[in-house]
Amino acid sequence: MKRLRLALLALGGAGLAALLVAACLDLPGFGGRSHPYGTRAVHASLTRRAANTIASVNFDQRAYDTLGEMSILFAAVLGCVVLLRQARDEHRAQPQPAEVARPVRRYALIVLPVALVTGLYVIAHGQLSPGGGFQGGVVAATALHLLYLGADYRALERIRPLAVYETSDALAVSSYLVLGLAGVLAGTAFLANTLLPYGTFNTLSSGGTVPLLNAAIGIEVASAVVVLLANFLDQAVEIEEEHGS
Amino acid sequence: MHHLLPLLVAIPLLGAALLVAVGRHLPRIAAEITGFVVSGGTAALALVLLLNSSPPMVEWVGGWLPVGGESVGIVVVGDGPSLGMAALVSLLTLAALAYSWRYFDEPPRGHPGAFTALMLLFQGAMCGFAIAGDLFNAFVFFELMSVTAYALTGYRIDDPKAVQGALTFGVVNSLGAYAMLMGIGLLYARTGELAMAKIGRGLDAAAGHGGADALVLASFVLVLTGLLVKAAAVPFHFWLPDAHAVAPTPVCMLLSGVMVELGVYGVWRVYGTVFAGPGGIPAADLTRALVTLGALTAATGAVMCWYQRHIKRLLAYSTVAHTGLFLVGIGVLTPQGDDGVALYILGHAGVKAALFACAGVLLDRYGCLDEHTLHGRAREMRATAVMFAVGGLGLAGLPPFGTGLGKAVTEEAVGGPLTVVYVAASAITAGAVLRVTARVFRGLGPRPEEADADLETSGSEEEPETTGPLRRIPDTMRMVPAVLLTAALAVGAVPGFGDLVARSVNEAGSGGAQASAQWTVHGALLGLASTALAVALAGLAVTRPHWTAAPDWSRPLRRLQSGHVGDYVAWLLMGATVLGVLALPAVLGG
Amino acid sequence: MTTVMHVLPYLVAAYVFLTGCYGLATSRNLIHAVGCLAVCQSSTYVLLLAVGYRDGATAPVFSDIKPGSRPVVDPVVQALTLTDIVVGATVTALLLALVLQIAKRHGTVDPDELRELRG
Repeated sequence: MKRLRLALLALGGAGLAALLVAACLDLPGFGGRSHPYGTRAVHASLTRRAANTIASVNFDQRAYDTLGEMSILFAAVLGCVVLLRQARDEHRAQPQPAEVARPVRRYALIVLPVALVTGLYVIAHGQLSPGGGFQGGVVAATALHLLYLGADYRALERIRPLAVYETSDALAVSSYLVLGLAGVLAGTAFLANTLLPYGTFNTLSSGGTVPLLNAAIGIEVASAVVVLLANFLDQAVEIEEEHGS
Repeated sequence: MHHLLPLLVAIPLLGAALLVAVGRHLPRIAAEITGFVVSGGTAALALVLLLNSSPPMVEWVGGWLPVGGESVGIVVVGDGPSLGMAALVSLLTLAALAYSWRYFDEPPRGHPGAFTALMLLFQGAMCGFAIAGDLFNAFVFFELMSVTAYALTGYRIDDPKAVQGALTFGVVNSLGAYAMLMGIGLLYARTGELAMAKIGRGLDAAAGHGGADALVLASFVLVLTGLLVKAAAVPFHFWLPDAHAVAPTPVCMLLSGVMVELGVYGVWRVYGTVFAGPGGIPAADLTRALVTLGALTAATGAVMCWYQRHIKRLLAYSTVAHTGLFLVGIGVLTPQGDDGVALYILGHAGVKAALFACAGVLLDRYGCLDEHTLHGRAREMRATAVMFAVGGLGLAGLPPFGTGLGKAVTEEAVGGPLTVVYVAASAITAGAVLRVTARVFRGLGPRPEEADADLETSGSEEEPETTGPLRRIPDTMRMVPAVLLTAALAVGAVPGFGDLVARSVNEAGSGGAQASAQWTVHGALLGLASTALAVALAGLAVTRPHWTAAPDWSRPLRRLQSGHVGDYVAWLLMGATVLGVLALPAVLGG
Repeated sequence: MTTVMHVLPYLVAAYVFLTGCYGLATSRNLIHAVGCLAVCQSSTYVLLLAVGYRDGATAPVFSDIKPGSRPVVDPVVQALTLTDIVVGATVTALLLALVLQIAKRHGTVDPDELRELRG
């Protein structure tokens, strides 16, 4: 069986490699000037007064893709909650307090607020500077987990009521959808950025609904990452197999 | 009206999000009723839109209407096939939710709505893929559909087989999706566009009079690899039996009934919109590729189906066989072929979902899915026995089932020797189902001998999906397959329905050419022939088991299904190469 | 730039994809296999970003440059890559959750030893 697999791999890999190399030789040269969609996207972003074109693509021009992307994250988190639930032959154990070296503890507790504020800053400035809801959400969520490194699992659990994060994850997804539906109700189109004034270029409130959708994503990602990590950490720290099974 | 198209995605997703948001405080029954209302509402919307889909609708999400033919937004398409698939998805989700009503396994603690929410996400994802008119957007919903499907397949974490099957499913399908994304990247590099229609025009403009080059061929191969993995075409099919045999029954109904078919639909949509122009892949090359792979798929699926004893695996292979038939049907690129496949998919969805529902009843009653162990044990289940047998006849294409009409129309479109593939594949898979009916529900024939234990998955030790083995079969579990079979019958029996489907399919594709989809004497006779052959095969298997036992030549074929994810990945690469070789004349000729 | 430089970034993407496939097919550990899948996916980032690059261009963010003063790289592929990264991370998480359960139910993460689904 193994020999067959290697033969298939060699043959299939060689064929695909030849195809890909031939395709690469036909691609337009690296660094070329012609990007019709990109040029249009920059123009559209400027007319809607969003300084970060990528945010405009993500939350305005192609906000429907972001809806799917957000749903993938939501589905994966729900899937992990389901897949990492306590099985029939398992029980929960109390996490044990752990000794942490003092420098680690000090460092973690100093960096935690800084990292959290950085995450929130990156979310809030999504339509102005590189970053946005996805990036800032991950930073904010991981910041909380410095508490696990700096103290122990029980300390983390105290500031991390999972039910709250699960609910805020779902509510953030709902609010993104409701903002989209508002466009339909207003008679324009789903996820149309026509409800709010576009504001002044390069300010926090510019870009119409872009900052709102961006904030929804920020909350969703932060909550989702917290829930996701919690489920994996639970497996490592709390869930144990029954003895004798 | 066209503004409502994205709601086909938004409503189920919103329903799922709200279920998770308040689900903690809801009793289970409230969560399930919410699921019904949301998926039913989406189904109603899909049907209303479908009735208004002539002429086809187009919607630019976010109101980014094209200016001078150029837009920066995402387009969704509301034509007959896309809305038809969305309606099928929604109705089947409704049926699956009804089937799982109350009796399905205990939900995770603290998340009474988790299963329903995942099903709604799955529904929204499939609707989103069906109506996508933008290639990258199609990829996004393709992935959403996959992610939810992996989680649903592995739902029963206490079963070692379930988690293994789900992982295999996940690895192979994700790799296929990444191949598809590479193809999208190549197409974007060439044309600078993402909307399917714009890419198609871009390819034509770039080719001038030259025809396709290596880049077009590579992007064609990569995009089709992703879609054919989903459609479970040989040699991309290995994940399907492993995933379908272990997924919870309501999920199997959706996976086999409509998700796999969405892969076929994706091939049809992407070829017709992106690669059908003079700068794409010529028709002859597509036909060669799809008919070859499709016929191989039908043959492999039928042979493997016949030699299964695990009932869900048997049904899964019959789905593989039928997908092969669908691929051949769309591969010949005639309006009549498209119509036939559309009807075949509708009929097959009803029949296959009903068969899975009946298999689920066996599992919940006896905790077993092994044809040999169950021999004669299910005599008491008369209603289920009748439905299983009727499902088998439907699979064979007995007139006036929708499967029969679809098969007849497709057979006429493909013509000649390929008709044999249709008759044989449908007869063998239906014969296997009828054999199971005779042995399990009637106890006919001798109990089969044990053989080849190292080559097969027996299914003798399975856990019921209910909280314990059922003593009495709940009405919902009996009603759902009955309704599904009736619907499959209605697809073929309601006068004029075939022509209605044909008109709506041809309006979307086929360049305006019209074909009719009605019963012909020829088609009905072929359907009767398949059915007679299926009954004969089943009878032979039951009365003379050693005549139809697995011959030695089938062993290597069965051994290929090794359950090893590395093997499946190697086959995926091989499949992409084969696809490239089959379509190679497109480049050499130009 | 030489001709080689004009195709090299694309060739890197193809190479990364095939490497990931090789690792996936020959993997002896499912956690490693999930990692290889992430390698395959990284090739799509490389390809998309390479496709969107423009000579001498900067990021398409206009908070500190005047619109039109400098060429910018294609913002669309950057948005696509962001979507792709999120997809990849979530798929990896979900697959690792499944591997975790496989380890518990089967007592192994070696695909050669998983022998329940066959034929």
